[in-house]
Amino acid sequence: MLEIRNLAKSFGGVKATNDVSLDFPDGSLTAVIGPNGAGKSTFFNLITGALKPDTGQVLLDGVDLAGRSPPEIVRHGIGRAFQVASIFKSLTVQETMLAAVSADQRSSAVLHRRFPLPETCDRAEHVMELLGLAEKRNRTAATLSHGDQKLLDIALALVLEPKVLLLDEPTAGMGPEERWRMIDKVRELWETQKITVVFIEHDMDIVFKIAPKIVVLCYGRILATGTPDEIRNNSAVIEAYLGTEHAGAAA
Amino acid sequence: MTELEAGRAGTLAPVRGGAALGRYRDILIALIAFAVLASLPLFTGSKALLDFVIRCSAYGLFATSLNLLVGYTGLTSFGHGMFFGLGAYSFGLIMQKLGVPIPVAFVATLAITAVIAAVIGAICVRLKEIYFAFVTLAFQMLIHSTILSWASFTGGDQGLRGGIPRPAFLGINLANHVHLYIASCALLILGLLAMRQIAQSPFGYTLRMIRDNAARASFLGIDVWRTKLTVFVLAAVFASMGGMVMALFVSGAYPEFAYWTISGEGIFINMLGGVSTFLGPMVGTVLLLLLNDTVTRFTEYHGIVLGVVILFFALGLRKGLLDFVAEWFVQRRDAGEGR
Repeated sequence: MLEIRNLAKSFGGVKATNDVSLDFPDGSLTAVIGPNGAGKSTFFNLITGALKPDTGQVLLDGVDLAGRSPPEIVRHGIGRAFQVASIFKSLTVQETMLAAVSADQRSSAVLHRRFPLPETCDRAEHVMELLGLAEKRNRTAATLSHGDQKLLDIALALVLEPKVLLLDEPTAGMGPEERWRMIDKVRELWETQKITVVFIEHDMDIVFKIAPKIVVLCYGRILATGTPDEIRNNSAVIEAYLGTEHAGAAA
Repeated sequence: MTELEAGRAGTLAPVRGGAALGRYRDILIALIAFAVLASLPLFTGSKALLDFVIRCSAYGLFATSLNLLVGYTGLTSFGHGMFFGLGAYSFGLIMQKLGVPIPVAFVATLAITAVIAAVIGAICVRLKEIYFAFVTLAFQMLIHSTILSWASFTGGDQGLRGGIPRPAFLGINLANHVHLYIASCALLILGLLAMRQIAQSPFGYTLRMIRDNAARASFLGIDVWRTKLTVFVLAAVFASMGGMVMALFVSGAYPEFAYWTISGEGIFINMLGGVSTFLGPMVGTVLLLLLNDTVTRFTEYHGIVLGVVILFFALGLRKGLLDFVAEWFVQRRDAGEGR
């Protein structure tokens, strides 16, 4: 279980994350939404160690990870993918997976053996199959399509076998059809891998369709949490976010 | 033996067996290369040719070690030459002052270099790009001026004079020209083989990840700082090996060995030969030394000629020679597969 307790972070006078407390039970799927600048990415950065929180706790199964370094937090079981696909552009898909498993098995500093180590192959293979990247295993990451790069980014997080997977806008920059394919993939992963998934998403249709639980952030605060129906009917949310956004989308 | 070819070989062979095969293939290539080099004195009495190969060994070890930083990790050091100079001076001083057997001085020099590189590296590898380049350059100048000003110990601007004693060991007499030649070749081949192993190990792929995207690597649980420091020390050790070959060759050590121009030549060599293949710097070394030797024979303005050649590679090809060849091969093969 991932518990966030009174998490806060300010940049100068701006409270990017303001006293956020949330519970993510094991095996849950949660969408984080909010207008631009609501502090969604900052929230992820605080959990994963990219930023150090000013105050508050990030408890994973009771262990406080707040303020620790990214490698430490990853090793405790919180993996993440990025809004802009963050990959290794000169490595092939297969090399990327194998190297990531090496990192997870703590053999990334081994000098006397040849890459790839046999014990890394099964896991790399499994995740490539899972995300449909096995056909493209010998493609250099830089030559992959945008969608496949996003998948590779998610594969990188997933291959570490995390307890919690944070996806920062898995559908960013995708066309409508590609979006649905990606989000179906995310849902499928969540169902088959039995991990806790938290994702940021802009597309309301997607969020309301697939997320059992939704968190709405606004100006660094939690505006509302609940099921899609509760969020849809929450007056504060409609005012702050959905009202303008949906009116704009409909127009 | 380019990365591209190696990658292609990996796709053909199953992943599991491919890794072990790669190592045997590298050892085989190394043995053949050594056999060819070692038999050279049987066919030619040319002292100049053997001298050329010895110099190639010294510079080749140095340039290839620099490529571990520049090409594999993306750390562009402008001060790598300090470890070349450190190797030459430390080896020369140990031999002159302590009179220990050569292998002892050799190992001691590697150890001294590793310790000093660990201290300098700990300060430098936190810095990014241009700051890393400048601070390594600053350390190079620090070591160079220490050598110049500590004249009672290092001989100052005169260098280590009086020759480096080269007592025979295990039947090897490095005062003998052919023995020195064979020993240099052996050090070159062993050094290259060791660096190839580093480049193709899981650690080598960690270096590539850091070069491509250090932030992402840290989100996979990799300690970026420690990895960079490790490769900084390893590269320094091989550069120091090159320095020792040079010291043995000239039987001395001079402040120029630790001057920033050595680092500059290392960068030149990498630009000439290319950084995307393992052997690029070796090709670059042969090119640069050939150019140096031929051009200086014809004109005293050899700097201008070298500059034009470098510009041709940097602006014309936009890559080193071996990068160019490797890419050409890949394109040709892909075109063939497309048919």
